[in-house]
Amino acid sequence: MTAPLTAPLSAPLIELDNVAVTLGGHAVLRDIDMTVRQGEIVTVVGPNGSGKTTLMRLIIGALAPSAGRITRAAGLRLAYVPQRLAIDPSLPITAGRFMNLPHRRDPGRVAAALTRAGLGGLGSRPVSALSGGQLQRLLLARAMLSEPDLLILDEGAAGLDQPGVAAYYARVEQLRAETGCAVLMVSHDLQVVMRASDHVICLNGHICCEGTPENVSGSAAYRGLFGGGEGALALYRHHHDHVHADGTPCAGHDHGEDAA
Amino acid sequence: MPPDFMVRAALAGIGLAVACAPLGCFVVWRRMAYYGDATAHAALLGVALSLAMSLPLAPAVIAVALAMAAAVGALSGRQSVDTLLGVLAHAALAAGLVAVSFVQGVRSDLSAWLFGDILSVTRGDLVTIWLGAAAVAALIFWRWSRLILATLSPEMAVADRISPRVEQWVLNIALALVVAVGIRIVGALLISAMLIIPAAAARPLSRSPEAMVLAAGLIGSVATLAGLGAAWRLDTPTGPTIVCAAAVLFVVATGVAGAGRALQARP
Ligand SMILES: Nc1ncnc2c1ncn2[C@@H]1O[C@H](COP(=O)(O)OP(=O)(O)OP(=O)(O)O)[C@@H](O)[C@H]1O
Ligand SMILES: [Mg+2]
Repeated sequence: MTAPLTAPLSAPLIELDNVAVTLGGHAVLRDIDMTVRQGEIVTVVGPNGSGKTTLMRLIIGALAPSAGRITRAAGLRLAYVPQRLAIDPSLPITAGRFMNLPHRRDPGRVAAALTRAGLGGLGSRPVSALSGGQLQRLLLARAMLSEPDLLILDEGAAGLDQPGVAAYYARVEQLRAETGCAVLMVSHDLQVVMRASDHVICLNGHICCEGTPENVSGSAAYRGLFGGGEGALALYRHHHDHVHADGTPCAGHDHGEDAA
Repeated sequence: MPPDFMVRAALAGIGLAVACAPLGCFVVWRRMAYYGDATAHAALLGVALSLAMSLPLAPAVIAVALAMAAAVGALSGRQSVDTLLGVLAHAALAAGLVAVSFVQGVRSDLSAWLFGDILSVTRGDLVTIWLGAAAVAALIFWRWSRLILATLSPEMAVADRISPRVEQWVLNIALALVVAVGIRIVGALLISAMLIIPAAAARPLSRSPEAMVLAAGLIGSVATLAGLGAAWRLDTPTGPTIVCAAAVLFVVATGVAGAGRALQARP
């Protein structure tokens, strides 16, 4: 089964209409219009502090918009893989027990999911004793157990080595193909992610540009934001005074910890 | 055969240990230790209200504890929770002490409310204590997995349609119940010791959240019995002696776990 690439035909799972978020008196997101449709892989890219995590928290409902509207499809099942999971050392929990949150699941399914995530035999290992890469795969495996309609990954491949990153996104694409779930992911790994995405959104407090990976990487706004296709490193050469596709300059808003 | 009041004291203390075990683990996991302290201190205001207006004790204490949780929830965000708790806990403790001084005849046995008086527990108290303990255990058992997920990651919980705010209130209610149960036994100043010390002692002995709750309950019960026995023999204040026994068990459990690891590490 291949995933539908004719995105406009599939039903919207989640729609954001002119959404804004203000946190601690600071306008973190504004004018956000976006739609995630059934079976689509949507990628959000943007520099540090551009509001990517805030956007994900908004979509799962952990944060209320200060303006605008969010519409979720009825009965939408979400699964979320956070950017960081800091487990307090006072809480003893094994990988196997973690897979059974918040519901007890069929032990056979859990064992199979652990094995497919390359964690076979680690079910009795404390989560705090897993390596960074093992933890990322555990989080993804747990997320898929709930058979979500929409899988949300906030830099799921952070901390993985290069083959690990490639394998991680191959796994995401494979999961989408197997289950038909939509995927919304945040990433810094532009090159790898672009290839796996149906739709790319460049975020910097607002949506700077968006479209198919080909359209976006060819657009002036994208080149302004990330440089002329120099790959992931270009992200850090992001300049404050880039120009949008419609000719409006993007200066004057907060670009967070811009490393340029 | 121990005297009746000792049997009642032991049953009361074990009831408290049962209530404290699951809640104490969450207090440790969520770093709510100061929160427990603050709620217990505020309970003294509840005691004063119940004495002044001749209301039943437990409901008055529960109402004040919940009011404090609501105040912390409403004010947090503008100040750090730590600071807020410091303000509210001490304000409530001081207000409670002042209010108690207006009530006739209580002045002399104020220490009974601060340090508890487990030896004077009546049959009626025992019923209250065990009802409270059963309610806390049932509440936390009911919400167990949701509470654990909300503790690990509030965002992951929201994605699974679990409201971290609702789960926080589950714990607030459980804490109010435990304080109402414990104020007769170990008093306002030492309740959070019975929440935290057994759970902390159980941590190095446990590999799962469930095991940690069971171990905490066992350690709390053993501390109660040992403390009661020691206080009887040494003629020391009972509540503080129970807490001392729990602290000794904490040291022993930590030492045993450390020795176990050292033995395993040896080739
Ligand atoms: N609770 C908060 N209160 C105030 N400001 C916040 C809060 N949370 C986030 N911010 C600010 O909002 C901006 C966006 O943060 P966010 O975490 O969404 O960025 P991000 O794009 O995910 O960054 P990164 O690439 O580093 O993960 C930052 O400037 C951050 O400081
Ligand atoms: Mg982020």
